[in-house]
Amino acid sequence: MNFLTGVFYFFSAILLFSGFRVITTRNPVHAALFLVLAFFSASGIWLTLEAEFLAISLVLVYVGAVMVLFLFVVMMLDINLDRLREGFWSYLPLAAFVAIMMVIEMSLVVGSRTFGLSIVPAPLPHPAGYSNTRELGRLLYTDYVYPFELAAVVLLVAIVAAIALTMRRRKNTRYQDPALQVRVKRSQRVRLVSMPAEKTSTPES
Amino acid sequence: MTLTLNDLMPMLPEVFLLAATCAILVFDLFIPSEKRFATYLLSLGTLMVCGWITWTTATGITTYTMHGMFVDDLLSDTLKMMLYVTVGLVMVYSRHYLHQRDMFSGEFFALVLFATLGMMVMISANHFLTLYMGLELLSLSLYALVALQRDSAIAAEAAMKYFILGALASGMLLYGMSMVYGTTGNLDITRIALLLQAGVGSNMVLVFGLVFIVAGLAFKLGVVPFHMWLPDVYQGAPTAVTLFIGTATKIAAFAFVIRLLAQALQAFAGDWQQMLAIMAVLSMAVGNITAIAQTNLKRMLAYSTISHMGFLLLGILAASINGYSSAMFYIVAYVLTGLGAFGMIMLLSRKGFEADNLEDLKGLNQRNPWYAFLLLLIMFSLAGVPPTIGFYAKLAVLQAVINAGFTRLAVAAVLFSLIGAFYYLRIVRLMYFEKPHDHHVIAPSFDMQLLMGANGLAVLMLGILPQPLMAMCIYAVEQSL
Repeated sequence: MNFLTGVFYFFSAILLFSGFRVITTRNPVHAALFLVLAFFSASGIWLTLEAEFLAISLVLVYVGAVMVLFLFVVMMLDINLDRLREGFWSYLPLAAFVAIMMVIEMSLVVGSRTFGLSIVPAPLPHPAGYSNTRELGRLLYTDYVYPFELAAVVLLVAIVAAIALTMRRRKNTRYQDPALQVRVKRSQRVRLVSMPAEKTSTPES
Repeated sequence: MTLTLNDLMPMLPEVFLLAATCAILVFDLFIPSEKRFATYLLSLGTLMVCGWITWTTATGITTYTMHGMFVDDLLSDTLKMMLYVTVGLVMVYSRHYLHQRDMFSGEFFALVLFATLGMMVMISANHFLTLYMGLELLSLSLYALVALQRDSAIAAEAAMKYFILGALASGMLLYGMSMVYGTTGNLDITRIALLLQAGVGSNMVLVFGLVFIVAGLAFKLGVVPFHMWLPDVYQGAPTAVTLFIGTATKIAAFAFVIRLLAQALQAFAGDWQQMLAIMAVLSMAVGNITAIAQTNLKRMLAYSTISHMGFLLLGILAASINGYSSAMFYIVAYVLTGLGAFGMIMLLSRKGFEADNLEDLKGLNQRNPWYAFLLLLIMFSLAGVPPTIGFYAKLAVLQAVINAGFTRLAVAAVLFSLIGAFYYLRIVRLMYFEKPHDHHVIAPSFDMQLLMGANGLAVLMLGILPQPLMAMCIYAVEQSL
């Protein structure tokens, strides 16, 4: 067992533990934080696969952006955990049985017999100057440009959908129109009224 | 390898549709809401131009572009033409309905066009990645469309169910695809088919992946036991969106199944035939029997969809040119009839009233004999009564199934169709032999009248003269597979 294998098992153990805690912990904020830990260990495993760019973007995007947003949402919402947990113990035996059976079956199929090193050889290590980021960028903009563009369209649809579902114009809302404010003339603001000079009743002497 | 303009030529309809949709989206921002009609006309115009491009660039030669991720063959051209017609009809049928419910907005048309783009991508996909991207583009637009009626709690519930189950199905599909990728090292459909024929990869892992792929597909098609979302979504969504989900997406679903099972995993036909057979029989049983108990028309049609999708699977599991082309014919027949059925619900609805209960159809013949007759034709076609298109479609599928040696399946299909005929004919009874208790005058717009009439008569005419359409389906499948 070399050093890299040790690192892999270390990160995997943390990943499994934190993944398990995400669904078992009582406090939703803790669950979100454990998810952060899970993402972090997953990115560590990706680093050992020489996928540096993916590993760093996983941390940046998921830990840095998505999970922070998620934490905000979790803290804002008043989640009634007891209602969510209703029936947990009564479902547990059946659910655990199904889950364990599936894990056993899947590990029989997707084990080292079918995906072991003798069947799928390990990739050759890259030379020192190899840039993972450059390679990914090249692939994204050449071979995979079509799905890449499609992903952009999917994001556009997400924007349209989010706006369509959440933006509503209320009829009575008062709002400012900056264009009108800029174009305003003096005549519209100040009305000069000519009034007859009033006689002041000054005491005549 | 660099891309040239020639590489973009086969995908010109998609490129145009995307550009036009973005333009419409921006254009819609700058027009006042009383001139929204312009957005509607532009959307219809976009579909027509797409149709013209597809028609003029159809060469009949299978062309691959974008590094083999995009395929332009006769099957994709034919299906795309059908898609344009269907989406166009959906828009025309929905116009009045949307107006009455304050949903006649630019977002509706933009989302429908984006969904159409997703379906076109799926139809023309030759790569697991593009297949998946197209599916997500379609699904995301659909989730938003279902929830578009924001004040309706039932629509929000339907959208939520659709979203969660759809995401689950996508996950299953992706997991299955990853297994196929793990053993073959490829995502390209053509190459996977070649590798699998050569016997590459571990059989066990491939079948394992196949199970997940079929489960994901079944979710998307809505066949038993993955059908739970379908009735809720059909009932909860605004009828205009139900019309879209119930018709146009079925064309894309057919293409999806053909690309995945018939093209990529053809070598495993023996395995997926068994899975499809079980699902087909269960769908026909559950769909037809549960539909009898429904009082809501949209919900009843949803269960009817489940049974029809089961019938479609029968055609596909024959795994022959004959089977695929009769499945394609079945899809055309179903889409045409579904357009009529959901269109009729919208035609009978008015502001503040949804004609989506069976009761609402009572005495339709006395209120308006012409629409009663059209709905009669549509119900006959759904039930498979000659001489409508539904009868011929069922016949063609049964023929293919018997030729493939699944006589027992054919017998089951006929039996369940007989059970299904009950609830279709019940509607006919309600229309002709009951007294109406709703005396509102039915006055749809002229374009709706015209197209609805054409739609109903097409159900009849194509049933009497099915040969040209059948020949077209056979030719398209033969040239492409």
